[in-house]
Amino acid sequence: MYRNTVLVCGGTGCHSNHSSEIYDRFQELVAANGMTEEVLLVKTGCFGLCAVGPVVIIYPEGSFYSQVQVSDVDELVSEHLVKGRIVERLIYKDLDSPEVVKALSETNFYKSQTRIALRNCGVINPEDIDEYIAYDGYQALIKVLTEMTPEEVIQTVLDSGLRGRGGAGFPTGLKWRFARNAKPDETGIKYVCCNADEGDPGAFMDRSILEGDPHAVIEAMAIAAYAIGSNQGYIYVRAEYPIAVQRMRIAIEQAKEYGLLGKNILGLGFDFDLGIRLGSGAFVCGEETALMTSIEGKRGEPRPRPPFPANKGLFQKPTILNNVETYANIAQIILKGADWFRSMGTEKSPGTKVFALGGKITNTGLVEIPMGTTLRTVIEDIGGGIPNGKKFKAAQTGGPSGGCIPAEHMDVPIDFENLAAIGSIMGSGGLIVMDEDNCMVDIAKFFLLFTKDESCGKCTPCRIGTTRLLEYLDKITSGKGELSDLDEMEKLCYYIKDNSLCGLGQTAPNPVLATLRFFRDEYVAHIVDKKCPAGVCKALLSYEVLDTCKGCTLCARNCPVNAISGAVKQMHTIDQSKCIKCGVCMDKCKFKAIVRK
Amino acid sequence: MARIKLTKVPFAGTPEQEAALNAKLDELKSVPGGLMPALQFAQELYGYLPIEVQTKIAQALGMSLEEVFGVATFYSQFTLSPRGQYQVSVCMGTACYVKGAGDLVDALKAKFGIESGECTDDGKFSLIETRCIGCCGLAPVLTVNANVYGKVTTNQLDGIVSEYK
Repeated sequence: MYRNTVLVCGGTGCHSNHSSEIYDRFQELVAANGMTEEVLLVKTGCFGLCAVGPVVIIYPEGSFYSQVQVSDVDELVSEHLVKGRIVERLIYKDLDSPEVVKALSETNFYKSQTRIALRNCGVINPEDIDEYIAYDGYQALIKVLTEMTPEEVIQTVLDSGLRGRGGAGFPTGLKWRFARNAKPDETGIKYVCCNADEGDPGAFMDRSILEGDPHAVIEAMAIAAYAIGSNQGYIYVRAEYPIAVQRMRIAIEQAKEYGLLGKNILGLGFDFDLGIRLGSGAFVCGEETALMTSIEGKRGEPRPRPPFPANKGLFQKPTILNNVETYANIAQIILKGADWFRSMGTEKSPGTKVFALGGKITNTGLVEIPMGTTLRTVIEDIGGGIPNGKKFKAAQTGGPSGGCIPAEHMDVPIDFENLAAIGSIMGSGGLIVMDEDNCMVDIAKFFLLFTKDESCGKCTPCRIGTTRLLEYLDKITSGKGELSDLDEMEKLCYYIKDNSLCGLGQTAPNPVLATLRFFRDEYVAHIVDKKCPAGVCKALLSYEVLDTCKGCTLCARNCPVNAISGAVKQMHTIDQSKCIKCGVCMDKCKFKAIVRK
Repeated sequence: MARIKLTKVPFAGTPEQEAALNAKLDELKSVPGGLMPALQFAQELYGYLPIEVQTKIAQALGMSLEEVFGVATFYSQFTLSPRGQYQVSVCMGTACYVKGAGDLVDALKAKFGIESGECTDDGKFSLIETRCIGCCGLAPVLTVNANVYGKVTTNQLDGIVSEYK
């Protein structure tokens, strides 16, 4: 037995803040104090509260230390581990009650969360299969192989009401049933695939699950394979996630060693092998048919459906493809039953959903909440609100395929149907908060630039349509827009939606439609008043020197294009024809004598 | 789709690199869908995908150069030109964008005197606008090779770049 357990977050966020060095320093000092028998050090996956990383938790006290520096480790060891005294200055504190030291589960960030998909993230060492097994790991696979028929497995998943967490929300059990019923060709081959091509900017739950609990995905894929009658699986991971890929490789190796993957699993006569395939930076490969084409080693272009992947998928064989977070729910559903899963969330969207909170929000990070939680709870309670006293403007969900939710809809319970009804989508769970300094026309342009670049070019409505749509937005943000453009844009949006081949094109206009619906006044301000109300669109801005200028020359010395002139102690002026509107002068001025108009 | 620019830098592969590539291609010959892993391996090995290497891959895997070129130019992580010694990548994911990643790109362009996707004349730095790297909690984020810098402001850029001179 260990006296203390020290968990050091090894997620990508904390890792880039030198958490590995913190871990090494702990190891060094624990050894130097002769406590290697008493203190267990664990490098875990993501805890979720990335904003205050690097994060260290010490049990049994459950002390949650935030923003730990390598230099703090000495004190944590000598005080907490040696003397048993909590180092209060490093303890994470809620903003509304900074004087109180709370248990982790009582903090605002964690207390409204229900963790199923993320249950092991930040709890176990993802590079040690024994830790996963100690937390009921692979019990569900054993239960399935020894007690359940494939049909019973599918029925349980169907009864649970689990819907695809990748965005579209298709019932997972139904997908499995289609693939089970699909007749394979003479080779008898069927495939189980995992979509870990998490391309939506701002979403990183799949990455965290792969990094923090890779065996949960492996176990679920083996269960799915048993259910549909497959012996081969592929995980398609984007190459931008090197740590996830590495941990997944380790996990697969360990599972093979333990006889939980490969031939004759646990001696129960079931074979399942699993391979990793890497993406190479093509957003469209998150679309199911494009992903399969990419695994086949080709240009990742989507293909028309039908035939659906359940009948003709990867290498033309019956295939199921589920998202990482979907898989992360499976083992728990098998172990605890469909009714348990249905007891959470809403009737049509049972269970939980993981959201990646980002943008203008205090607690950036990963949260898992029951479906039906309101946006207000997520942003104000869990997320800690908007920093710097700014006003909430909108939350963007669903990435480039989604829309934005304005303040008036903050009390809508989040589930698949409700988000669709207000013109957004659940998407994979990226939730980016925007405040009054964000221009919604600019955001729409940002997403269109993304989809235009990522359009694979196979079908014309998407390839040309997104280009034309972007041209309209460029025109508007550079002050040359006309009011009639808005109607034309809307028409074009519906044309692209109705005629594109795959989900990328069909959803690409959503950011434009949503901002037109809720923030039309901002478009009008750009077109009629030639102003960007948020002060973002550079062509519509100008910087001017006020008569409170002291002539200190600081602005002129910092201007990168020498657009500011004026003698010492004389009021300066900005040459508008030279100005590139970078805003450096305004930031540098100590007298607030430069304003943006 | 971006316009494809072929590099004028002469190919300078070593015999060791060639041996490593040949060994990998031997292994991938029989793997279904082996082209992607082959290109990924080659890019890791050479830093980019010279046309000479693509030709070799095409021959080894028994496909046409057109097919290999088609795949190599489809995916944004494959590059046909050599990159700088230090690759500065600014994350342009949504979270980073709303927190000012665009300003970082503008400042770096001005600093290096290059556009995104280009390399400085001395071969030291190349600048890339990258897709979301999933560090949204630290936005805005930039990476220099494997090192990640979070919550970056424009006035930190000089300091960061000077670490690599």
